[in-house]
Amino acid sequence: MVATAVGQSEPGDRRPGRLELERRDVISQRSWPTIAIVVAFLVIVPVAFLSVSVLRPNTDVWRQQWQTRLPGQLLDTAVLLVGVGFGALFLGTAMAWLVTAYRFPGSRVFGWLLIAPLAMPSYVLGFVTLSVFGFGGPIAGVWRSAFGDDAWFPQIRSMGGAIIVFTLVLYPYVFLLARTALAEQAGGAYAVARSLGASPGEAARRVVFPMLRPALAAGVGIVLMETLTDFATVQYFGVDTVSVGVFRIWRGTFDRDAAAEFATLVLVVALAVIGLERALRGKARFGEAAGKAAGVSATKLTGFKAVSATVACVAVLALSFGAPTAQLVMWAIDEATGSRGTPLVGRFLDFLGNSLVLATLTAVTCMIAAVVVVNAARFSRSRVTRWATRFTAIGYAMPGPVVAIGVVLALVALDDGLEAIGLNLPGVIATGSVLGLVYAYSVRFIAPGLNAVEAGLDQVSEEVTASARSLGTRPSSIIGRIHMPLSRASVLTGSVLVAIDAVKELPIALLLRPIGFDTLSVWTFNLASESRFQQASLPALAIIVVALVPVALLSRQLAQGPEIE
Amino acid sequence: MTSPLVVSNVVKQFGDVVAVNDVSIELQPGELLALVGPSGCGKSTLLRSVAGLLDIDAGAIELDGTLVDDGVRHLPPERRGAGLVFQEHALFPHMSVRDNVGFGLRGRSGSEAAARVAEMLDLVSLADFGDRYPHELSGGERQRVALARALAPGPGLMLFDEPFASLDHNLRVQLRLDVGRALRSTGTAAVFVTHDQTEALAIGDRIAVMRAGHLVQVGLPETVFHQPTDRFVGEFMGDASFLPVATSTGQISSALGPLRVDAGVDINSIVAMVRPDDVTFRASATGSATIVDRQYGGSGWLATARLGDGTDVLVATSHLDPPEIGSQGDLELLKGHEQVPVPLRHQS
Repeated sequence: MVATAVGQSEPGDRRPGRLELERRDVISQRSWPTIAIVVAFLVIVPVAFLSVSVLRPNTDVWRQQWQTRLPGQLLDTAVLLVGVGFGALFLGTAMAWLVTAYRFPGSRVFGWLLIAPLAMPSYVLGFVTLSVFGFGGPIAGVWRSAFGDDAWFPQIRSMGGAIIVFTLVLYPYVFLLARTALAEQAGGAYAVARSLGASPGEAARRVVFPMLRPALAAGVGIVLMETLTDFATVQYFGVDTVSVGVFRIWRGTFDRDAAAEFATLVLVVALAVIGLERALRGKARFGEAAGKAAGVSATKLTGFKAVSATVACVAVLALSFGAPTAQLVMWAIDEATGSRGTPLVGRFLDFLGNSLVLATLTAVTCMIAAVVVVNAARFSRSRVTRWATRFTAIGYAMPGPVVAIGVVLALVALDDGLEAIGLNLPGVIATGSVLGLVYAYSVRFIAPGLNAVEAGLDQVSEEVTASARSLGTRPSSIIGRIHMPLSRASVLTGSVLVAIDAVKELPIALLLRPIGFDTLSVWTFNLASESRFQQASLPALAIIVVALVPVALLSRQLAQGPEIE
Repeated sequence: MTSPLVVSNVVKQFGDVVAVNDVSIELQPGELLALVGPSGCGKSTLLRSVAGLLDIDAGAIELDGTLVDDGVRHLPPERRGAGLVFQEHALFPHMSVRDNVGFGLRGRSGSEAAARVAEMLDLVSLADFGDRYPHELSGGERQRVALARALAPGPGLMLFDEPFASLDHNLRVQLRLDVGRALRSTGTAAVFVTHDQTEALAIGDRIAVMRAGHLVQVGLPETVFHQPTDRFVGEFMGDASFLPVATSTGQISSALGPLRVDAGVDINSIVAMVRPDDVTFRASATGSATIVDRQYGGSGWLATARLGDGTDVLVATSHLDPPEIGSQGDLELLKGHEQVPVPLRHQS
């Protein structure tokens, strides 16, 4: 391999003494890949157990499912995903374009207010919509008294209704990514297109949206994952997806293996969604930011156009957040002043506490893991570390039912293992504990935390890290002195995103919670699934309030614009 | 005295690409070596390997007589004690200038560290800037802070990775002088990576030229400029023309006349190099050369003269004597200037 070059290899013969590394150097060099591998392993274990269960399929279960519900479930899943995907893509992109490319009364405020539905769980908007627009609801009542009992009225408890509800609560994911991309990247190309004579709309269609494709694909990817993970909202609307299938088998039979096999089906759909996202994204990753003032410059709207823009924003916000929240508040006041009272209201603080404990533990776990893994990738040169980091992010590819059933299988195996080595703990410790719940939540929600920490550390150039090291600072101390102070805002944002997800999370809580450990989301779901909508208002509002705190933090950051170095 | 840096047969690969291929260099104490080459030649990779930011695949690196990398074991950068300055200054944005410069001074008492910081800021003429933050500084000031920060712990070796590439010309010249002065006054040896041959010639005590992972020439600036090991080095180090050579009546010559070639050299593997300042253009209606192009450079003109056989020769002319495109004349070597026989390609 090495050809000796003429006249330049004389010093090659001298070899001073051996290179002896100190123990702590060796430990430091080896610990980064090790930590990254351990974290990746913990994330992958549940899905690995799940996949193994397919290797010994129970054909009876499959045959029975195939002959009964499965074909319909596959169809419903596909229709729902396609409908919500297009709905959120359209609504999110349109709103992002409206608030970025135009100035109209309230456009700045709407720029951050439009993410409010992030605080609204789909199962809450779902039951409020059903009770207001459903057959027995007030609107249908007024309609019937005006046009007669047989007058046509849209059936809200349907696939269409479910698609509308998911679109309204999930569009902010597309909106957020599109808005950021518009504000940071697409400005230069947009300005050039306009200077070449294109109208704003034409420049948007031909230049800006193709540039936004990676961001839009990522946003739609998240939306589809959130839709797939749900099995509460879809049940209200009578939509029978594969996730509902897992829930039904697990709750009906507690047959771990059958549920596991069904959960792999959900996983397959999730992988298909990821494949789709990658394909849509094409070779482009997120585009390069082209300097600081690279955002799309806004055109001022006047007259009718300006009013229409404001009305459109108000309408979206009202339908997705304002009106349902107002309805919940009215119900809650009713409940509080009425004689009937919310069932279990005495345990409200318990449920709230459970939700907060769970969210806090999950956020702390995820952020510690994310900070360690992302820093490991920076400090370690081995390819293994980079791969491990990438694997850690696949939690996001695993819908709630997949993670839940996978964690059950893993913890049962752990229980069995502990028993085998003579540690005979009662089974509930591993399988029915808050620890198991936090583990499942962390596997599921580490991805947003990881993304946030990665984005934060991207702000700190490799050269800054290298400079600190060459000045004699060890990696562990660089994290504390350089990396954390410089990425604090991102780490905070990440923990907040994880916490919102944890408070809103329902499927994993329903499947895995220890007996008696109910969260706000479980309480809400139990009441709403018995059609006690008005009584579900108090816990639902509590979830929205808790989730609003982090959303407000995020909004404030958006309102202030991008952080300047 | 031990050498501040010995690089022995270093090989660094990225997948199938050999970025640094069997490179050996030894630095003298206090010496500034300019490492120059086109982008992608491996110069930054070599520098980063010395700093410990990359692990080498084979060979050895010694700093001040201590082996820091033998291709198997790699001492981490924090234990190598080499000072680093990057193009993107890489200051810590959340720390004041004073804290940046003092960052590497842990283990010293407070007053000792403070004195050292003051001394360093003084060295880079930023004595009053201690309380400022990086975002309050100009590009040149940031780079001087980065220099002070890297010099503060008293490294045995300084490594510069294209430090001035993003600055404008005048600032670059000034900073070059500042760096030279700071290094001389502290007696620190340095490797200075640049793709700009003017910068390399101006700053280096010696120059090392790299191409495609190989070190093709190491020598004094004037040697590398006037006696390049091959046509690539000659071309890379500055404007030059290369004329084919042939033997006629026992005399080896080019279109510009005879040249001296060592015995035993295959004349088919060499060309004759002339720099634009070696030749003059004398207008004459019967001349064999035609001016086909010209560029104005302020202190003079750079003309392209095309010979009868189609060879282009660059000629420097005085600003008093603008070459007219299309004019004819003869090219002559200036008195005392010679054509240099240059191998087409160095064997490496």
